[in-house]
Amino acid sequence: MSTEIEREEMEFDVLIVGGGPAGLSAAIRLRQLLPDATICLVEKGSEIGAHIVSGAVIEPRALAELLPDWRERNAPLNTPVTGEKILFLTGKRGFSIPFIDRLMPAMANHGNYVVSLGALCRWLGAQAEEMGIEIYPGFAAAEPFIENGRLCGVITGDMGVTRTGEHGPNFAPGMILRARQTILSEGARGSVSQRVMKHFDLRQGVDPQTYGLGIKEVWEIPAENHRPGFVQHSFGWPLDNGTYGGAWLYHFGENLVSYGFVTGLDYDNSWLSPFQEMQRVKTHPEFAKHLEGGRRLIYGARALSEGGLQSLPRLSFPGGVLAGDSAGFLNMPKIKGTHTAMKSGMLAAEAVAEALGSEGPDKATSYTRRFKGSWLFRELFEARNIRPAFARWGTRLGALYAGIDSVIFRGRAPWTLHMRHTDHDALKPANETKPIAYPKPDGKLTFDLNSSVFLSATNHEEDQPVHLKLRDPSLWNAVNWGLYRSPESRYCPAGVYEAVEADKEMHLRINAQNCVHCKTCDIKDPTQNIEWCVPEGGGGPNYPVGM
Amino acid sequence: MKIVVPVKRVVDYNVKPRVKADNSGVETQGVKMSMNPFDEIAVEEAVRLREKGAASEIVVVTIGVAEAQPVLRTAMAMGADRAILVQTEAALEPLAVAKLLKTIVDRENPGLVIMGKQAIDDDMNATGQILAARLDWPQGTFASAVSVENGRITVTREADGGLETVDLALPAVVTTDLRLNEPRYATMPNIMKAKKKPLETIAADTLGVDLAPRLETVTVIEPPVRKAGIKVASAAELVGKLRDEAKVI
Ligand SMILES: Cc1cc2nc3c(=O)[nH]c(=O)nc-3n(C[C@H](O)[C@H](O)[C@H](O)COP(=O)(O)OP(=O)(O)OC[C@H]3O[C@@H](n4cnc5c(N)ncnc54)[C@H](O)[C@@H]3O)c2cc1C
Ligand SMILES: Cc1cc2nc3c(=O)[nH]c(=O)nc-3n(C[C@H](O)[C@H](O)[C@H](O)COP(=O)(O)OP(=O)(O)OC[C@H]3O[C@@H](n4cnc5c(N)ncnc54)[C@H](O)[C@@H]3O)c2cc1C
Ligand code: SF4
Repeated sequence: MSTEIEREEMEFDVLIVGGGPAGLSAAIRLRQLLPDATICLVEKGSEIGAHIVSGAVIEPRALAELLPDWRERNAPLNTPVTGEKILFLTGKRGFSIPFIDRLMPAMANHGNYVVSLGALCRWLGAQAEEMGIEIYPGFAAAEPFIENGRLCGVITGDMGVTRTGEHGPNFAPGMILRARQTILSEGARGSVSQRVMKHFDLRQGVDPQTYGLGIKEVWEIPAENHRPGFVQHSFGWPLDNGTYGGAWLYHFGENLVSYGFVTGLDYDNSWLSPFQEMQRVKTHPEFAKHLEGGRRLIYGARALSEGGLQSLPRLSFPGGVLAGDSAGFLNMPKIKGTHTAMKSGMLAAEAVAEALGSEGPDKATSYTRRFKGSWLFRELFEARNIRPAFARWGTRLGALYAGIDSVIFRGRAPWTLHMRHTDHDALKPANETKPIAYPKPDGKLTFDLNSSVFLSATNHEEDQPVHLKLRDPSLWNAVNWGLYRSPESRYCPAGVYEAVEADKEMHLRINAQNCVHCKTCDIKDPTQNIEWCVPEGGGGPNYPVGM
Repeated sequence: MKIVVPVKRVVDYNVKPRVKADNSGVETQGVKMSMNPFDEIAVEEAVRLREKGAASEIVVVTIGVAEAQPVLRTAMAMGADRAILVQTEAALEPLAVAKLLKTIVDRENPGLVIMGKQAIDDDMNATGQILAARLDWPQGTFASAVSVENGRITVTREADGGLETVDLALPAVVTTDLRLNEPRYATMPNIMKAKKKPLETIAADTLGVDLAPRLETVTVIEPPVRKAGIKVASAAELVGKLRDEAKVI
């Protein structure tokens, strides 16, 4: 983005980037603490919830602290969990893990709800607007606005720039949104957060962040098969012992089923396709029996931060804080990040409110102290060894370790395991790993990529610069194709990347309009050559309520 | 001159519409809704006419549920001065919409009504024409260019066989086609200002219009999935298949 453009400015006390559970909770908590502050929230989706992908079984704990009267306000938590199953899958069978609720009470879902997180965010957004918070969907924070060593807000994306970078007829320059404090709550792998972490060196001395890619479908099934509140998780087949991941299936709402699959992005086999893995699990009898006779309504994908406590960066810096998945508060053994994102947003808001009230509001430093004194810290502390154990010892021993850590030590083992490498380092060259033969879609339970992406209602204004940038375009042919045979054309859940032959040479085609903003390419590209930048505001998926 | 712009809240053009499980209609619950794209073009054209000095005030009107207010706010963020919501829960057909719009036009007394040529939900392409007839005003439909001068409006129409230019006395009804203009973006300061612009709500049943539907929807179904094509080896095989399987010859 060129800086010569004359930019208008707007000024607020607090600016919040991203309208997920973290950002919206921060906004509401701030308003509760500072009735007169000006609070602005920008969201790149065309409306709040349009870019939210989650399971989601949620713990209502943080919500109850934020808005104790959530029931009277008709929060969309309508399906309590009624039954639960954890399966270890082999190709044809599934073994139920018994007494899971008694052995690992932290993982049991009694008292939790199956929700559409998109619906919950829309509801939170409505509460926040009623409280006088300025919410601007359709506006993306394109870059941090740093002045004199301090984050002073963000610059929103330019609108109406053509594909070749010229100003089109309806060009509208992005604005400088100034704030005394900025809360970055962009979710996993936030594009502004990444740059801010780098600028202020916030990750020094902590483990690298590790991610998973969750791909999800929402189905409508025949009423006679619907068991509202039934939740099922699986691990094992079809992933090999060295790859972390598993499927979920939740019955909720009116005859709806949320089905999806998470693949740990520290996988090493360049031939692996997370999309194909998620498709084929549906053919397993333990999953097929729930979906048969139904129809698929929605498709989407999103990365989640899995690193937990050891991967949390420094949380505050001059002018702002990080909250939610942008920092990495998700509890991986529980596969829950909503209540932790909300709680971190609330703690961030409390620290920011204090900083605004004091002289010279440079840093909301009390955030870390507040975090360490909260249930959120205790929860992440007890969960801290599980994900690294899987990375070290594989699925079977990892699961055994998880059992020992939880049952014997109750999460308080006197050691801490570490994630040793980044996800992109984990990928092995294509000739060192085995190609995977995936079955063809049957059009009933399993589908191809194109018809899937169609169900995400994704759209980007076509005449705009490609928002997926290769830092060094020449690297692709030598490395991505030469060494890895274009892993991006398999891990991208939206078919954005295609390796095509022209003039006897391989080229990378980037179908940027299809991008569902999952951030996987930014994470997994072996040389970190792909940079995900925000496209024109409002672009991306348009997930309906239900997602 | 005052311009009235009717705008409709429809399922967003990016959304793949889904038929309800009971085949009674298209699912709109929880689906993204926004302004009918042709109506955005109409708002844009009105704003341009005002910028050129041909108009002094722009009033946007929508007929529908309370949730349609954001569409009016968007229109005001693009430049409209004030808004009217004619509130009703009823599912309306173009005839009822045109009758309601007529009551608003009678009250507001504009020199021009600009509206979309069709709404992308029902695709009737009817409301503008019915409104013109009921007002007994001239109409310029499918406009791809307009200019206002000396109490008249020249409209270039995208007709089936090419372009047709008509010259109408004002007041008139104009409906917009895709190529008329490219609507501007609503900027943040303008969205903020739009929150403070006046929005009046009128209950539809106070306007003395018969809203009863004239049509009955029997069933709504999705178009059949197209079967994959096949390759035939010879002309004879093709003829055989057309005759025996497709039964078209
Ligand atoms: C597949 C999957 C399944 C999950 N299942 C569960 C579950 O069952 N239970 C549970 O509790 N948790 C679950 N989680 C985790 C949970 O969804 C996340 O932890 C939680 O959503 C994080 O909240 P957040 O507010 O930090 O980020 P997000 O929910 O990701 O929200 C971030 C928001 O910021 C916006 N944004 C990002 N960048 C910008 C920018 N530059 N400018 C403007 N806006 C921006 C995004 O569009 C988005 O709306 C799951 C996650 C995934 C991906
Ligand atoms: C014979 C025929 C052939 C057609 N062929 C094609 C074709 O080939 N391709 C194609 O794309 N379409 C075609 N159409 C268009 C199509 O039928 C549209 O179905 C229809 O225009 C949508 O209808 P509507 O009921 O919303 O009202 P419309 O009459 O279409 O609405 C027109 C305008 O009225 C205003 N308006 C309507 N409702 C409200 C409201 N509640 N509040 C405020 N303002 C409102 C808006 O300004 C709107 O843009 C055809 C139509 C006909 C009749
Ligand atoms: S291009 Fe990148 S961010 Fe977009 S869908 Fe593909 S992997 Fe995800």
